[in-house]
Amino acid sequence: MHELIKKLFVKRLGNPLLDQLGDAAVLKAGPGLAFTTDSFVVNPIFFPGGDIGKLSVCGTVNDLCVSGSRPRYLSCAVIVEEGFSYGDLEKIVSSVKLTCKKAGVDIITGDFKVVEKGAADKIFITTSGIGELCQGDPLSIGRVRPGDKVIINGTIGEHGAAVLLAREELKFRAKIYSDCAPLQDLVSSILGRGVKFMRDPTRGGLATTLNEIAADSGYNIGIEESMVPVKESVRVLCEALGMDPLYMANEGKVVVIAAPEHADRVLSIMRKCPLGKKSAIIGEVKKEQKRIVYLRTKVGGKRMLDMLSGEQFPRIC
Amino acid sequence: MKYIDEFRNSDIAKNISVAIAEKARRLKPINIMEVCGTHTMSICNFGIKDMLPDNVNFISGPGCPVCVTPKSYIDKAVAFSKKPGVILTTFGDMVRVPGSNSSLREEKAKGRHVRIVYSALDAVELARKNPDKKVIFLGIGFETTSPTVAASLVYAKKQKLCNFFVFSGHKVILPAMEALVKDGDVRINGFLCPAHVSTIIGKKPYTLITGKYKTPCVIAGFEPLDILQGIYMILEQITSKISKVENQYKRVARDSGNKKALTLINEVFSVEDSEWRGIGMIKKSGLFLNKKYSDLDAEKVFPVKSVTTKPDAGCICGSILKGIKTPFDCPSFSKTCTPEKPKGACMVSSEGTCAAYYKYRIWKE
Repeated sequence: MHELIKKLFVKRLGNPLLDQLGDAAVLKAGPGLAFTTDSFVVNPIFFPGGDIGKLSVCGTVNDLCVSGSRPRYLSCAVIVEEGFSYGDLEKIVSSVKLTCKKAGVDIITGDFKVVEKGAADKIFITTSGIGELCQGDPLSIGRVRPGDKVIINGTIGEHGAAVLLAREELKFRAKIYSDCAPLQDLVSSILGRGVKFMRDPTRGGLATTLNEIAADSGYNIGIEESMVPVKESVRVLCEALGMDPLYMANEGKVVVIAAPEHADRVLSIMRKCPLGKKSAIIGEVKKEQKRIVYLRTKVGGKRMLDMLSGEQFPRIC
Repeated sequence: MKYIDEFRNSDIAKNISVAIAEKARRLKPINIMEVCGTHTMSICNFGIKDMLPDNVNFISGPGCPVCVTPKSYIDKAVAFSKKPGVILTTFGDMVRVPGSNSSLREEKAKGRHVRIVYSALDAVELARKNPDKKVIFLGIGFETTSPTVAASLVYAKKQKLCNFFVFSGHKVILPAMEALVKDGDVRINGFLCPAHVSTIIGKKPYTLITGKYKTPCVIAGFEPLDILQGIYMILEQITSKISKVENQYKRVARDSGNKKALTLINEVFSVEDSEWRGIGMIKKSGLFLNKKYSDLDAEKVFPVKSVTTKPDAGCICGSILKGIKTPFDCPSFSKTCTPEKPKGACMVSSEGTCAAYYKYRIWKE
């Protein structure tokens, strides 16, 4: 076991703090820290556009980013099922490394366990992360006010759609890649420029995140369906299966709430970032305080956009 | 999306909704029943209620396959899932429907082999790959799904597959429409007839409703412009005081229906009385495997001890399915009955009336 940890994990992920292999990494604390943790289970573990390794770094990095911090250090705990292929493990660790590099973070502590066959489904990864809070006005849901604009950094639903297709339970073929990506560059370019709050619309999709923002801010939110960017392939897949892209998971998206006078500037900065080329203002915070999200549909109707409850299932007919 | 976006054009939609308002101006309140659950979802999803005058109401009909499947069927399916060597295959929505004591999802969590499939042919394939298992498919739905299930049975027989079985809960839509219009509990001024079912059965069966009960019937597609045009056509019939079957969905549904699909249904199924959740027994409204296919009939091959089915307590699904009441009339709606913890079938199915109301308009405005 120790051999494997040294040969694979330390060799690939090594840095001055991890190399010490102490019981804990000792760090110097900055002016303010953000700390988060997340566990990752995904079926299948490899999917177009990513894998569980990449996902486990992006998920935690993005949670730190949207809290207004610069991600610095990550822990990584891996549990594998007995008999798990070494080749696959190697691929996943390499993917962790590559994503860490892109995100500008280091894995500085970790754990590795093998459990009996059947006690885990292939591989589970837990990452925790520490970020240093950026200078300037802190992000807070309490700063959200009527008139603020809602911005998203690109097309939605691709992660959910890519994973669904990769399961191969549905006889659909489409080239859809997960949007899984670390967002620190995009986020740091707009922090302190009139941005009041951010959240990454992962599980439950854009609709669920908007509902959380409406619930926590106390205001209604109005969204224009025609402004929400969705790739044609994702639209077609959802249409055929009776699913809604607004509820499909994303792993490289961020919902930004910005003051109206700064929104256009924020949008143009976002569009200059590689992960924000398709950014769009999709709606605004309303003055009504019912904590409801409304959607103006493409055809001109109006409806409520609720949280996702349960799972989305393909329809019967 | 070609052939989809054209039917969601907001300018045309606005024009039709203006024409509808004009047509409905001098009319008393009009109740239009959208028979099919997909129409219900589409109406809610595109916000179509918001585009109609106040005196044009929608009443959601009984055309949601999961909703009308009786609890006793779920109880039996649960019993099948407990049989050794059985893989129970089903459409996704069914796993959440609560039976008397359990649901298929609960059984799945206990380790029973319950698999979600996208079509009956997927279940046949599963049977072919697992010759040592017995694969039971839960066949539910109206004329849209029954021909595909019939095709899978014909195919299984041809392939001499001995481990594929169907538990049929299939229903036909017309007897339910007749029961509702005859019932008189609810005033229905026109039927928006289901798009997909009509591609199979065609125009003719609805002449019973337009002739005997003088109620306009318009077959309409599921896109917003289809629905709006369908409503306009119904209002046109009402103001001209006529009742006939019209087909708005000509681009897909032929007036004569789909002969091949109808032949398949007749080849495999026989029509018998059938229980509808919340409505009760409706004469000649269910499709069951006929004698020729009895060796593939799960009910015949796997006898289960009679299951005692508990009635739905405090649930008004029946009245909702009949269009007499709306979810807002139900004391459980959005309180003790939610999509996460559904009490009745109308909340379980994504096409159910309560689920649609819950998802799109939690609060009555």
